[in-house]
Parts: sequence; structure tokens; C-alpha cells
Amino acid sequence: MNAATPPSRREFLKTGALVSGGLVIAFVVPGAGRFAVAQAPRVGPSFAPNAFLRVGSDDSVTVLLAHSEMGQGIWTALPMLIAEELDADWSKIKVEHAEAAPVYAHTVFGMQMTGGSTSTWSEFDRYRQAGATARALLVEAAARRFGVKSADCRTENGVVIAGARRARYGELVEAASSLRAPATVTLKDPKDWKIIGKPTKRLDTPEKITGRAQFGMDVHFPGLLTAVVARAPVFGGTVKSFDARQAMAVPGVRKVVQVPSGVADHFWAAKLGRDALKISWDLGPNASLDTTALREEFRRLAGTEGAIAAQAGNVGDALGKAAKTVEAEYAVPYLAHAPMEPLNCTVRIGPGKCEIWTGTQFQTFDQRVAAQITGLKPEQVKIHTTFLGGGFGRRANPTADFVSLAVYVAKAAKAPVKTVWTREDDVRGGYYRPAYLHRARIGLGSDGLPVAWRHVLVGQSILVGTPFEPFGVKNGIDSASVEGVADSPYLKEIPNHRVDLHSPKTGIPVLWWRSVGHSHTAFVMESLIDELAQAAGKDPVEYRRALLKNHARHLGVLNLAVEEAGWGRRLPKGWARGVAVHESFGSFVAQVAEVSVEDGRIRVQRVVCAIDCGIAVNPEMIAAQMESGVAFGLSAALHSALHLKDGRVQESNFHDYPVLRLNEMPRVETHIVPSSEKPGGVGEVGVPPIAPAVANAVARLTGQRLRELPLRLNA
Amino acid sequence: MKLTINGADHQVDAPPDMPLLWVLRDMLRLTGTKFGCGVAQCGACTVHIDGAPRRSCVTPVSAAVGKAITTIEGLSPDGRHAVQRAWAELDVVQCGYCQSGQIMSAAALLAAKPEPTDADIDAAMTGNICRCGTYQRIRAAVHRAAALAKGGVS
Repeated sequence: MNAATPPSRREFLKTGALVSGGLVIAFVVPGAGRFAVAQAPRVGPSFAPNAFLRVGSDDSVTVLLAHSEMGQGIWTALPMLIAEELDADWSKIKVEHAEAAPVYAHTVFGMQMTGGSTSTWSEFDRYRQAGATARALLVEAAARRFGVKSADCRTENGVVIAGARRARYGELVEAASSLRAPATVTLKDPKDWKIIGKPTKRLDTPEKITGRAQFGMDVHFPGLLTAVVARAPVFGGTVKSFDARQAMAVPGVRKVVQVPSGVADHFWAAKLGRDALKISWDLGPNASLDTTALREEFRRLAGTEGAIAAQAGNVGDALGKAAKTVEAEYAVPYLAHAPMEPLNCTVRIGPGKCEIWTGTQFQTFDQRVAAQITGLKPEQVKIHTTFLGGGFGRRANPTADFVSLAVYVAKAAKAPVKTVWTREDDVRGGYYRPAYLHRARIGLGSDGLPVAWRHVLVGQSILVGTPFEPFGVKNGIDSASVEGVADSPYLKEIPNHRVDLHSPKTGIPVLWWRSVGHSHTAFVMESLIDELAQAAGKDPVEYRRALLKNHARHLGVLNLAVEEAGWGRRLPKGWARGVAVHESFGSFVAQVAEVSVEDGRIRVQRVVCAIDCGIAVNPEMIAAQMESGVAFGLSAALHSALHLKDGRVQESNFHDYPVLRLNEMPRVETHIVPSSEKPGGVGEVGVPPIAPAVANAVARLTGQRLRELPLRLNA
Repeated sequence: MKLTINGADHQVDAPPDMPLLWVLRDMLRLTGTKFGCGVAQCGACTVHIDGAPRRSCVTPVSAAVGKAITTIEGLSPDGRHAVQRAWAELDVVQCGYCQSGQIMSAAALLAAKPEPTDADIDAAMTGNICRCGTYQRIRAAVHRAAALAKGGVS
């Protein structure tokens, strides 16, 4: 049994003041009447034992999410944690995004945010304790009513029971509101879990299949105008002058303001107005950026010593003595996140107040930046988090770019404004997954296993220059650049290794993209391991087993995936299998891809995925996220790349920045390793292994070792 | 001009070349239909015009006058269309932004082909992008919706 002090104690005291008299009205959650959508008025009293839930007299249990729902399923997983300890009636659960407030800060990162595949594990204790605290108070209220001891009461499905007496939670809210929360609560023994670990369907489905779900794009209130911003064609460009006469002639255009930006009655007028602006740009220092030239520069750097990210033994000597060496260069391009909902943000500035409606992963930064622009205090900036139409890291920007832009627009327009990005604005708007080039030289011993590994990475740092720099950058090494290489389980087993990093600055804004550094390091490492197995004349699975013999969780998923895939069994003619295994965000994933080539195009037929994410809170969602990770990773493996020429991003929309479509989706089968380890990440971890699994299958099938993404077969 | 949307008539004052998408969203506040690309590449804006799936982001509003327009809000009175029930059963959605368009494409497919093959589903649904990658469940849910509709329970 777990005894723990609820971290929500302080919050209870704070909200407790509002709870006085036993009636709590909306306590700290003004976002409750979400946006323009009419919501059922709260009937009667309710009970809010802490900032994470509210029990209504109608028996409803409203869970307040400290994190943002962007598809990953925390709208369901976090309520499961509370419902488990509360013994709530699952059919009575309601969910809302919490407002931006310090009480909702990430339990590890200290700011309100969603990212790094952390939501479920970082809330595993806090949300369970929130539920247990509420349960204790409801039980105490019932015990007093029944005239029995708390210990003689049990709870089940939203009811407190003592012998023949029963009280629904809703009947107890008023009495429970006047009680003080216990200093400690006891969490259930995992063997008693009824909800955690049970495949549970999403709670946000009804509104998402009827068009009722409110995304940032859907926010509306009377008087709201729409802005579409004219952007410099080159990163860092600024306006020299502009002529707004034709823009103002577009019906519906109200103003052109000096951000500059067109503000209009609706999107279409604003876009036409934007397009009609005549702007003279000062292109600034990035007008000659060219990704082909950058590749050459990265290649040159790869031949020089960089900052040392990992080192052991004497790699130079060991390479000299190796029985065989393998040398290879790998490369990946800049990538846009391209979430289906183009970026947008609605801002209303009033006296002493700024209200923001948007789908964001980074409330604390957004709040801070909006406060700076408006001259308000952060707590005067109210953020209403809508559903996110995809995030993938793009809506988690330390510079708060899409929020700050919208605040500037609303401030300049002196009106409430929704700033909407077109798809072209999104694809060309920067904050990309940085391009990387890797070079590796690996020496094999007479047994075919590696004895020396020299590895150089070249690519932009995401963390340098952000508030995360003090945590994530040490001795010139951005951990997000080298994760998956410097901490590789393979390197740990190799007595002589050295990993160098170059972090050139280019003027191209970069950002984390679903799985961050692992999005390229897994491709490189797991492709290299197959190259080594081939050089050693060994089966890639056996080769990995030999290298990973001291890494039980890697081995566990590897063995499960190859067993379920039937590794070694016959495949249809013209198909081949490839395998990859990778740890990221505290979880372990192995994938076996079955691949064919049709008309010169790589076709992924089937993917068998094994994941060890510790305690599997919602297996249904884990399977969905593995399917999602495979699809997202396949877009990068097979299709997407950005190029710059003369400082201009060449791609603009889904016709020239293609992503995976339904006809290319493989059959994905997910197997979860049973585990009682603490939960790990899920949202990103399905992405890293898919590109190397496919590349390895392609190499087996065609003899072509493809070392660049997206994978392109030679004719 | 007069538009007939989900069985009701609406009078709108819009330039004739304004895309139907923005008339629906910004003038009539039918925001279930989504903007994703603006160039008929992603399918998020799919509506039915006289029963056929159309990308409203490139359909001039004038082209829809006198025709029956159906949006996600009007697909069924209670969210119980066979496609919607199948979507719920198979837990298809993730972020959900593309799903109005996916559901409208699927509903149009089933209206035309009550028992679609995988090839039919490829042909009808490949124009609808989902960045969350819910495609496997979409395929299964289209088949499930066909079975539900055939069972006469839709």
C-alpha cells in the first residue's frame, strides 16, 4: 500500500477559502462555460476538494486537465487515474481543460505544459492522490451521516456504502465541502485496480464525431475579427514599407495594422486583403539560405572535432586494430509538424485583462509572453485551452510565436482578433525539426561485434537560447541533439567510443518534432546496427540480442515483436522484414516492418509493434498511439522534406509536402509487455523505430542501403 | 443568395466566389466543417452537395446555390449515423480535427457503395489526411459502418 502526502494540500487550503459555506461556484475555473458553446448550467452545490476535480450534486465528477488533449488520449487517461482512486461511476465523468494557473504546473518541469510524452506518468501520483483525497472526504461525510466510522464504509461506483446504508456522492457534496482534507491518503494496491490497466474508450469521441468539439479555430464571440498576417518570405525579414490601398478595397477588410496584418470580418476577406498588400521587404541576413549548401557545410563540419557528448577508451587505437570497419553518412531533412489544424489564436484585451483562446501545449510561456506584450501581470492573462487539432511539438514553443503574434495583432487592431495561419503560413513558418547529418566509423572485432564506435552529429540545437538551456545543455551538448546516440545501450557495451556534436546556427527556427532527437538518432543507430550485422554475416535479430544481453527491457520488446511477427517465417514473394528497437521517453519499443516494392515505390504492408511502457494505464490508447506513431514516422520515412533556396522555403502545402495517406497505411499490430514498472511515455515512442525498420527491410529486399530520409530507391 | 443547408434555408450576403467553407464557418457558424489546407489536398472541409462529397474550401458558394448541402452537423439528428456509431465503437478519433471530413467522405462512400471493398475505401478516403494516423481504424470503421447499415439499424 502506498501512503502519500497529497501535493494538492496547499491547493486545498487555497481553494478551501472559496469552498466556505459548502457551496463552491466554479472555484478557480472560469473556463468552465467553454467558449461560445452553451454548456449545461451547474445545478446546485458542488464539491471541489482540490484543483483537479469537482463533484456535483448531480453525481457528476468533473476532471480538470493540467495538460492539453491533442489526440494522445489524456482526456481519458487522467480521468482514469482519478476515477480509480475515487471509485467513481465512469459514466458520470466529465472533463475540462484547466485554466492556466501555477497549481497546474507540470510536476517535474514546474510550468504548465504538455510535451515529452510525460502527461500520464508525471500525473500518475498527483491525479490518483486527488481522487483518493476526494474519496476520503466523501467517506467521512457519509460516515458522519450514517453514524459509523469511516473505516466501516466502502465505496463503489460513486456510492458510499456502510452495511445497508448507501449515499451517492452527489448527496454528500455539501457535507464533504465543510470537511478538511486529510494530511495523507492511502492509494490502492495495484492488484485492486479496476480502471487502471483496463482498455478504455475515449471520452472525447461524442463531440469529435459530430462536429461539436471546439478547437481554437472554432472560437467565436460577437465583435471578433479575423486576421491573416503577411509574412516575410525569408526568416528574419522585416517590413520596409507597405501599401494597403488595394487590401482596404477588399470588401470585409476593416483595417491593416502595423504588425503588419490585415484584420477583417472573416477569414476569406482577411486572406484576400493580405494577398492584396503590396509590401517591400528588407530580407535581412538569411536571404541566401540554401539547404543544399547547408548539407555541404554540415558534411565539412562532420570531418572536424566537435563537442564531446560521450567518450570511453581510445577509439582511434581501437579502430586501427579492428578486423573490419564500417563507415557511413546519414542525413535527415528539415520537417514541418503540419498538424491538421493550422495555427491560430484568439485574443481579447481589456482593461487589466487579456484573454486568450487557443490550442496550446505551453500555457505558462504563452501567459508570460502575453503579459510582457500587454504590460499585464501573468495572472491577468487568462488562457482558455481548446482542443488541439494536433500538436506534435509545434504548439509547444518557448517563444510562444503564434500566441505572441496574435497578441500583437489584437493590441495593434484595438479589437478582439482571431489570428489564423494558412497552411502555407504553417509549412513556411519555421520552427522545424532540424536537419541532421551523422557520420559514423565503426570497428568490428574478429567475432563481428563492434569494438570501436566513432560518431559525429551535425545539426541545430533546439534548446540553446530557450529557457530550457540551463537544464538541457551541458558542456556545449544539447541533450536533445544526441539522445539515442550518446546514451545508446549499444555504445555502453563498446569499450572504445566517442560521440561528437556540432551545433551550427543557421537562421532557420527549429523546434521539437514528435520524438525530438530520437526522430533521427533511432534511424541512424538502428540502420547502422543492421549494417554491422550484415558486415558480420549475422542475422540482425541475433546480432541485437548479443549486443543487448545486459538490457532486459530492450530485449523484452525485441523478442516479443519478432515472435509475434514470425521473424524468419516465409513471406510473400517480393516482401522482406526489417527490425528496429529503441528506447525513448522512458519506454521501449521494437517494430518489425514487412515491406514490398511496387512500381519502384516502397510499400509498408504490416508493422508488428511491441512496447514496454511500464504500467499500461490505458492499453486501448497505447495501441492507438503506436498506430499513430507508425503513421507519423512513415510520413517522414517515405515522403516529407523541406528545402530552402534563396532563403525561401520551397514547399508550401500538402501537394509538395506530402504526408502518409490512408492507402499507404500498413496493418499495425501492437503488443504490450506486462509490467509493474513506473509508467513511461507513449505519445512519441512509436515514431523512432519505424524509419529504420523500413530501411532495414528495404536493404534486405533490394540490396540498397538507404541512408537518407525520406527513403528514395535508386532506379 | 439562398443556401439550403441541412434541410434549412439560409440567406447569406457573400461574394459569389467566396469558398463555401468560409460561408459555413464564418457566416453561419457551422464550424464542424474544418479548414486544413485551402487547396483541396486534405479533405478536412468535406461536405455533401446533392449527396456527393465536395471540398468546400475550393467550392465557390455560388456553385452551391439551389443544391442540398449537408455538413457534419446535419449528417444525423442525434449523432447516430452508422458511420458515427462505427467511429465510436472502434475508438477512431485522436485529435479529431480531420474527423468531420473523414466521416463525411465515409458516409458518401457508403451511400454510393453500401458494401465497399478495401480498394473502394482507398479510392474514397485517400483524399482525407489524418496526421494522427487513424487510418487503420478508419478503414475498419467503414467496414463496420457498412455492416451496421446493412443490419438495418441505422
